[in-house]
Amino acid sequence: MDVLGRYRNLIVLVGVLFAQVLGLAVQVNVKRTTDSEPTRLIRVWAVGAVTPFEKALVWSETSAGNAWHNYFYLRGVRAENRDLKQQIERMSLERVRMSQDADQARRLQALLAFKEQFISETMAAQVIGGSGSEQSRSVYIDKGERDGIKPDMAVITADGIVGKVLRVYRSTALVLLIDDQTSGVGALLDKTRLQGILRGTPAGEVVLEKVMSDETVPAGEQVLTSGGDGIFPKGLLVGQVTKVAPGSDLFLNIQVRPAADLSKLEEVLVVTKIDERQAEPDQTGAGRAVDILAERLPGVPSKPADANSEDAAKTAVPGAAAPGTVAPGSVAASSTGAGAKPKTAPPHAPATSTAPVNSGAAVQKVVPKPVQAPPEPKPQPAAEDVPH
Amino acid sequence: MFRTNMAITYTSGEQVEVYRFSLPATVLIPLAAVFLQAWLPLRFPFFSVFDLPLLVTIGFATARRSPLAGLFTGSLIGILQDALTHQPIGLYGISKTVVGFGASSLGIKLDVENAGARFLLTIFFYVVHEVVYFLIARGLVGLHLAWSWPHEFLSGVANAVLGVLIFMLLDRVKQRT
Repeated sequence: MDVLGRYRNLIVLVGVLFAQVLGLAVQVNVKRTTDSEPTRLIRVWAVGAVTPFEKALVWSETSAGNAWHNYFYLRGVRAENRDLKQQIERMSLERVRMSQDADQARRLQALLAFKEQFISETMAAQVIGGSGSEQSRSVYIDKGERDGIKPDMAVITADGIVGKVLRVYRSTALVLLIDDQTSGVGALLDKTRLQGILRGTPAGEVVLEKVMSDETVPAGEQVLTSGGDGIFPKGLLVGQVTKVAPGSDLFLNIQVRPAADLSKLEEVLVVTKIDERQAEPDQTGAGRAVDILAERLPGVPSKPADANSEDAAKTAVPGAAAPGTVAPGSVAASSTGAGAKPKTAPPHAPATSTAPVNSGAAVQKVVPKPVQAPPEPKPQPAAEDVPH
Repeated sequence: MFRTNMAITYTSGEQVEVYRFSLPATVLIPLAAVFLQAWLPLRFPFFSVFDLPLLVTIGFATARRSPLAGLFTGSLIGILQDALTHQPIGLYGISKTVVGFGASSLGIKLDVENAGARFLLTIFFYVVHEVVYFLIARGLVGLHLAWSWPHEFLSGVANAVLGVLIFMLLDRVKQRT
């Protein structure tokens, strides 16, 4: 009895440590076997105790920032407005060119019975806090179960992907970032089309794994989502290859710099709905694959005005610039007034930009965006289709 | 006056002052530490090198000088910190239990009222905390963690500098028993 009293502190210490080690072992085992969560109640209490303060602080910070930027600090707004107008003009021209490319891609997809995935709904959310641990690279957002957030939803920004929803609470959710060592994202390299798995490292870097060491991967190549993980739709920007080195085994060690700044996240978009549909052929466009491919080839210069119109029709190449249309690749000429008027994009033309982040809107309808066209087949023109 | 100018020294049991904290301070200070630890690194990424809950655990444990109070304080703060991560609960809990017990046990034997002693004590317990966390994370959970002695030591020094300031703030709210 005296011994128990003498070593009371040590006995309690061993007891508390034993209980925690046992609890840890149970959690690890349960996670491996059933994927359920025995510590849900503790987490709900902890999140409920901390996140209201975070929300209040972020709200006051945002309000103060908005008041300052929207009402007081308007220096340079005029110049910025002028720059933005110029940017809109440039992007309008770019949009025309890209919509034509998208038209062609869609027609090819239709011919190949290609099913495309696109983000149809997103929800803007504010990042209110982190996990407070370098070993757990995750953030809390101010949207949760009552807003329709569910586990495994993709989280993105306008710059690139951010992570996935891991746990959902009533009014908040925990997002696992792509630089965490327990995350995994199916990814592919933009030009070489090599596929791999994107993972975080203990040091917080992002690496692309499972790319064979006999492949050549140039630094600077863009990394996109492959859609293979079932969370991120195919074709979203992940980042850029920064360093390639031979790995210890058969695979390359490819370091990737995420496109989204994961250390300074403020607002994100949660992808709440992904739709899949089969591409429909454009009734107004060319119907045969050879015609579509021929559209991509250089057009024949217009004949002089005095030439016989019937002859001109006979020699015209399918897909070459016709009155009221513009051949692909000739946007620059048409924009300067030298060529024909550019064809306007059809009403169902896909958007080419990600939806803007707007924390005020609860749910945003995003214009359907084919996230990835299939790789362009190399044209193998038949003799009768090639313009001479 | 004499004691505040000394480095770490042995003191007799009679010389040791035991303090306590009011209930609001006991609840709100650890909560604020965990909250700031979760929020500040988002705005200031360099802040992730600090471990505010650990500093509060050491501060409470050395002031109370009760091993039982120290280990339970460390355990609760650690579990609260664990609950905000996506890792299993217990990693920080076990590490901070050990630190809370060790800091309060050492607080009985050493004079931890002066800044120099607090500085060295914080570096020591920061490294102990990281070692225990590393062993449990690798051994029990299977996490791959990077270990670098220079990084841990420098982080310990940074935490110790902040720790000295936080302990001075805690001195203002502690009450003599």
